[in-house]
Amino acid sequence: MTAVANVGGAARPRKQIDTPMDEMVAAYASVPDRSFRYCPGCGLGMAQSAILRAFDRLKLDISKVATAGGSGCYAPMGHYFKSSHIHGSHGRACAYATGLKLARPELTVLTLQGDGDSLSIGGNHFIHAARRNIDITVICFNNFGFGDTGGQFGPTTPRGSVTETSNAGMPEAAFDACKLAIGAGASYVARSTVAHPAHLTKMIADAIEWKGFAFVEVLQNCHVFWGRRNGMPQAMDMLKFYKENAVRSSDTPEDAWFDIPVYAENEKNVKFVLGVLHKEARAEFCDEYAKLRAAAMAKSGEARP
Amino acid sequence: MTRRLLFGNEAFCEGAIAAGVRFYAGYPITPATEIAETMSRRMPEVGGTYVQMEDELGAAAALMGASSAGVKSATASAGPGMALIQNEIGQAIAAECPMVIINVQRAGPGIGNATRSGQMEFMQTRYGTNGEAPAVALAPSTVEEAFWLTAKAVNLSEMLRTVVVVLGDGLLGLQRAVVDLPDSYDTVEKVERPRPTVGPDAWRGNYTANEIHEIPAMADFGSPYKSIVSTVGLFKRGGGDSTVEGLDVNDQEFTIRRLHEKILSRRAEITLTEQMMTDDAEVVYVAYGTQALSAIAAMHEARAAGIRAGVLRLITVWPFPSDIVRAACANARAVVVPEMNLGQAQLMVGHALANTDTRVAGVNHVDSTFITPAEILARTKEMLQ
Repeated sequence: MTAVANVGGAARPRKQIDTPMDEMVAAYASVPDRSFRYCPGCGLGMAQSAILRAFDRLKLDISKVATAGGSGCYAPMGHYFKSSHIHGSHGRACAYATGLKLARPELTVLTLQGDGDSLSIGGNHFIHAARRNIDITVICFNNFGFGDTGGQFGPTTPRGSVTETSNAGMPEAAFDACKLAIGAGASYVARSTVAHPAHLTKMIADAIEWKGFAFVEVLQNCHVFWGRRNGMPQAMDMLKFYKENAVRSSDTPEDAWFDIPVYAENEKNVKFVLGVLHKEARAEFCDEYAKLRAAAMAKSGEARP
Repeated sequence: MTRRLLFGNEAFCEGAIAAGVRFYAGYPITPATEIAETMSRRMPEVGGTYVQMEDELGAAAALMGASSAGVKSATASAGPGMALIQNEIGQAIAAECPMVIINVQRAGPGIGNATRSGQMEFMQTRYGTNGEAPAVALAPSTVEEAFWLTAKAVNLSEMLRTVVVVLGDGLLGLQRAVVDLPDSYDTVEKVERPRPTVGPDAWRGNYTANEIHEIPAMADFGSPYKSIVSTVGLFKRGGGDSTVEGLDVNDQEFTIRRLHEKILSRRAEITLTEQMMTDDAEVVYVAYGTQALSAIAAMHEARAAGIRAGVLRLITVWPFPSDIVRAACANARAVVVPEMNLGQAQLMVGHALANTDTRVAGVNHVDSTFITPAEILARTKEMLQ
């Protein structure tokens, strides 16, 4: 797709014409026998659709795409694409993806993870995959807590939130997932929400195209657990909340044409800043290892004895 | 044959390479560290990959990634590292993802005593992970055997589509020995996992099995097949794409039993043991790993003293070869099990000999010193009195 550099401008580009959905589904999706396993109104459907559209925009050969995930509300998602998928234990997706990408660097590898999965139980694997700058795309569906187990607080739950394990209000501070990714060495970091599907699709497509560790935080509505106990019991309540509180930086031309207001200086820390938050090309791990391997093979003259 | 002076920990590596391992994910831990060091050097030389992961859990998880891509994979650990790895061992057994884990056992619970040896994870190897998972484990006694059994472990993991543990210990990993290795690894047997024999359209997934002893084909990631490596998928025995739909308790029953039966139905192929002078033995030493060497020495000393002793050396320790123990010890009055723990294999031997007149006792060290033949002999004399 073509991004129109129009920093701060009011005019929007022509509407992106996607491939018809049925063709996209035929090429990339694996439709379940019965219903999708998300709660009614869950944002994961929008996120899944954005990933599907990103595959289509990049015209990926789906047999060369692999995903890895663990436990959480998002866990069925890996089964809903035609790509191969590791549905492993809770939190290890970045480690699965690391092994997979090193073994088959020609594959496009994504992890599908929740906020608890990637930042709590899998935090160690996440930061070290970022540090290595291995060419995988980590997509983190952030629903502000543990939804799959019925709405307990997690590492991204805002302080003060009422959850099943914080009835008097969440006493801990939350992670800013993007800041963590940047600090750990991710070379592409972006944030979007399920209320901004066009923007989300672009962030994901750019992340997949990016050579190196790419991280996309997808703010997602969980009106069923988090929203219900924090004043937003309907899906639309949370989607409106994201719409009304989303701002974008003016620094990145990539997301300039989306209908998201540029933040004022005093909004930066109180609103959701969307868009590409960090982008810095640096040496990629598989490439570096390939050089090391080539040198070692040349020196040893193949396996001894 | 090529004669070489090798560290036990190097022999594990060479055996893995000889059988085709081309991916090693590691994390340093005494007394297994030399395996990571050796693999970091050897893997790129043979066109493979070494990655040092953030912890043992990550290392075992990385194996599942590489193995899903069809690359034979291994890691090694010890003590508390093996405790962490149990999580992914169970996951890989249930997902039927082949991999090899080398456990160079240290001594003691918790972080234990890092620089010292033990055989304290005999039972952990079988029962360490959650959820009624089967185990396959081989226990080498010598450095040369560490080479061959690691190669064998790789082949069994591929054949059975499961995790195979090589159960070594610090005394084996950290000893040097002169060993004869094949001139070329091309001559070493290499078994490949079953792969799809039907086209992608007819393919019904990695867990499609109709028979209780069946090992389904597994498709490589990046091949034209949609490959799901999952435990959720395996509870739906018909396979197919929508593997998280409609869990069926009958499928769960079938699949958990199949995970065991695919191994147990092939016991004849996978069980390795060695018997010495058991035919007329009045006392049999059932031993495994490094401590089997003491048992063999004790047998010779006993024979010299006029005691008809024999040795049953267990090489495949899991699944536990109960039938062979019973057959080898049938005519014996006593069985002695020397091991560097408080009697873990002894429990299994006693179980195998339940309802017989044969008495079972152990010689047990938990101080990390070798059990001496004299101690085994003393216990023998006590028992035969």
